[in-house]
Amino acid sequence: MELCELTIHELLNRLAAGETTSEKITESVFRRIAGVEERVHSFITLLEEPAMEAAREEDRAIGQGVRKPLGGIPLAIKDLLCTKGIRTTCGSRILENFIPPYDATVVRKLRDAGAVFVGKTNMDEFAMGSSTETSHFGITRNPWDLERIPGGSSGGSAAAVAADECIAAIGSDTGGSIRQPASLCGIVGLKPTYGRVSRFGLVAFASSLDQIGPFTKDVEDCSVMMNVIAGYDPRESTSVPREVPDYRTFLGQDVKGMTVGIPKEYFIEGIDPEVSSAIRGVVKTLEGLGVSVREVSLPHTEYCVAIYYLIAPAEASSNLARYDGVRYGFRSRDGRDLMDMYKKTRSEGFGTEVKRRIMIGTYGLSAGYYDAYYKKASQVRALLKRDFDEAFRECDVLITPTSPTPAFRIGEKMDDPLQMYLCDIFTLSTNLAGIPGISVPCGFSGAGLPIGAQFLAGHFEEGKLLRLASAYEKHADFEKRRPAL
Amino acid sequence: MKITKKEVEYVAHLARLEFSETEKDKFTSQLNDILVYMDILNRLDTSGVEPMSHATVLSNAFREDKVVESIGVEEALKNAPDEARDCFRVPKVIE
Repeated sequence: MELCELTIHELLNRLAAGETTSEKITESVFRRIAGVEERVHSFITLLEEPAMEAAREEDRAIGQGVRKPLGGIPLAIKDLLCTKGIRTTCGSRILENFIPPYDATVVRKLRDAGAVFVGKTNMDEFAMGSSTETSHFGITRNPWDLERIPGGSSGGSAAAVAADECIAAIGSDTGGSIRQPASLCGIVGLKPTYGRVSRFGLVAFASSLDQIGPFTKDVEDCSVMMNVIAGYDPRESTSVPREVPDYRTFLGQDVKGMTVGIPKEYFIEGIDPEVSSAIRGVVKTLEGLGVSVREVSLPHTEYCVAIYYLIAPAEASSNLARYDGVRYGFRSRDGRDLMDMYKKTRSEGFGTEVKRRIMIGTYGLSAGYYDAYYKKASQVRALLKRDFDEAFRECDVLITPTSPTPAFRIGEKMDDPLQMYLCDIFTLSTNLAGIPGISVPCGFSGAGLPIGAQFLAGHFEEGKLLRLASAYEKHADFEKRRPAL
Repeated sequence: MKITKKEVEYVAHLARLEFSETEKDKFTSQLNDILVYMDILNRLDTSGVEPMSHATVLSNAFREDKVVESIGVEEALKNAPDEARDCFRVPKVIE
């Protein structure tokens, strides 16, 4: 087995025992990248030289007896987190040459924890998409089937972990952009509670929904990553000053007596029968562990796509107003005057999907339409959140499919934006309610494509998710596989 | 029609975007489909429901009004498409 195939916790043990070095691990990762990256295309920017240098530095620290939570572990970072001195594009032409003068808080925390950065991963432009097909830098392919999409928007991070091009990765989730690609690539992905992880230095998409989280090969690694990235940040005004538990303590805890809810609205027409059958398998496994299961109702579920696709574009249209060709990023050379420069810069710098969402958002916020669209959506959002509050009064965790289908084919939904938006039907409401959600692998389709189960819990209850997910992972009765790349 | 081509042109101006005629037609039709779908929200009576703007319990986050280190002019101008005399340079605004 190659070192790049191992998990964080396995590698930390080997490093601590002196059985391997960060240099060897990082070399293994870059050998793998050399072998598969041409086909998968997980990365926008690779950082081989600085990574090897950082690995050797971590080896020296380990040699001196320094133990860091991620000391010497090669990670990949979604290309919308600012990395000091390293180009950060957000998958867009408008930021093609942007070199941040500072590190995002999460990046700084990972550096301080001893992580080695392999590269910046591909993504849908400004995280707007469910397939990583809207990137200005080309598409990413699903390591399980190169004719299929890896999910999105953090498709590069998910594919990189699934293809062993890194040990774990960071992504962001505004409407499912961590959980859906994790599900489609057969790995673990966690979207933490809104306010749990600092977004300082994250290129903003929809500020009331965005959250940063980890992609990992197993649940234990997810808790290791959360221990590093979670916590209050005075530089981020929505960051919540609340103590961070040691997430590893939830692993392996008994789940007997926990109550799981199955929201009936999530098992609708249009959901792939192989997906619903895999989710039933998860429920059966958990019942076998003494978890009690009940059906619950989240009656406003059918409105979540409409709410989300009004609120997220409205916030995006405001956040993306900063790309004006003045202070950083691309500027069109053809502008006759200032107004013309703005329009040409934005029209040439943004791709079609980003422009479509800016248009929806601007329309929904414009005079005469604000009440009918943005305000109405924000009111229904409040009703949707109440559904969850109700459900969590009687359940510890809710279980749903992460995605209604396994990975679809490249190009299949690109000409029909509404069909693309409906891919996120099971993940959007989590962001609207601000609660945490995790996707864990729960089987394969007949065609050999991974299927993921989504676990949801109340605000700041990541511990319950990790507890249940680690129990499920240990007892899951499907055969573990690796993508045949 | 929920949205006309003329409205698309107006919204594009508000958003500081410009489109070709073909793009305008395509956007008018796609935005129309999307807005028709949004009508689903009108099935619900939301009178008296307080709109939810975010998902935390926090209101305002304040800090001490104290000068702290910042990145400085040189760093701040490094990504500028055009600059002159320690300022961002833009096309002429005043005739």
